[in-house]
Amino acid sequence: MEFITHTWHWSVAGFLIAAIMLTLNYFGKVFGMSSNLRSLCSMTGVGKKVPFFDWDWKSQRWNLAVVLGAMLGGYVAVHFLSDASNVALNPKTIEQLAAMGIDAPNGKLLPDALFGNQIFESPKMILILLGGGLLIGFGSRYAGGCTSGHAIAGMSNLQIPSLKAVIGFFVGGLIMAHFILPLLF
Amino acid sequence: MKYIKYILVGFIFGIVLTKAEAVSWYRIYEMFQFQSFHMYGIIMTAIAVGVIGVQIIKKQQLKDIEGKPIEIQDKEKGSARYWIGGVLFGLGWAMVGACPGPIFIMLGAGFISVGLILIGAVLGTFLYGVLKDKLPH
Repeated sequence: MEFITHTWHWSVAGFLIAAIMLTLNYFGKVFGMSSNLRSLCSMTGVGKKVPFFDWDWKSQRWNLAVVLGAMLGGYVAVHFLSDASNVALNPKTIEQLAAMGIDAPNGKLLPDALFGNQIFESPKMILILLGGGLLIGFGSRYAGGCTSGHAIAGMSNLQIPSLKAVIGFFVGGLIMAHFILPLLF
Repeated sequence: MKYIKYILVGFIFGIVLTKAEAVSWYRIYEMFQFQSFHMYGIIMTAIAVGVIGVQIIKKQQLKDIEGKPIEIQDKEKGSARYWIGGVLFGLGWAMVGACPGPIFIMLGAGFISVGLILIGAVLGTFLYGVLKDKLPH
């Protein structure tokens, strides 16, 4: 079981992610997670007021089924397939995080400082999570895709628009990680 | 019943991203600090295998499960939307260490606080829908 509970090698994970994308192609679909956010908006009936959400989201129910499966997969992986050796970061990263007051992983996927339930008592942390989500939702729809739709599916199909988007992802990410996060923590 | 295969694909997706730790805020931070090859390795392997797979689909004119030729549409031409949207997305990605797939996966794993990211992401998507016609694309 160790080969399952230990951190999976990047080459195994990368191969499987491509296999998932190609499987969806075989089902006649396209890999992309962020369009589910548009479906969630449309499900509320807001399409009557905002034309962007007046589309055939029911044709995308298969993608919501992928999301449901992904949530179950996350539950099983975290609760039954985890190990204390997980998330073995570069020691330098752990030092940097400690300087920002962020706890080391010790097998955890997410830091308590950002995701522990005590954050619900901190208006600042609530705003950080909501604000980050806002950027993700707005940016991915504006760019027409996220890490799955552009970085994996678009790049695999050698799409120049996807290359632009992915360069944008990294420019934004580097600005946040190097200049803005240190101000927030 | 026709959705079972999609739930299964999603299930494997959720396990792969969790066990490769691509859902981890820590791994995203470490990637943007250039302190590990792990995330770059995942993305580059996926693209390399994906390019080969898509080429095979196109060259062999493979058919999908229903017997129709597999068509993978090109992305719309444009620049502003990809650069600006991309940078905004990247800011959010590094801020909360999650992209849309992992948001759902971590919520399913029981991290209630990730629900705040999902609420933000749905609001952000809504905001784009409202402002769409006023934005450069």
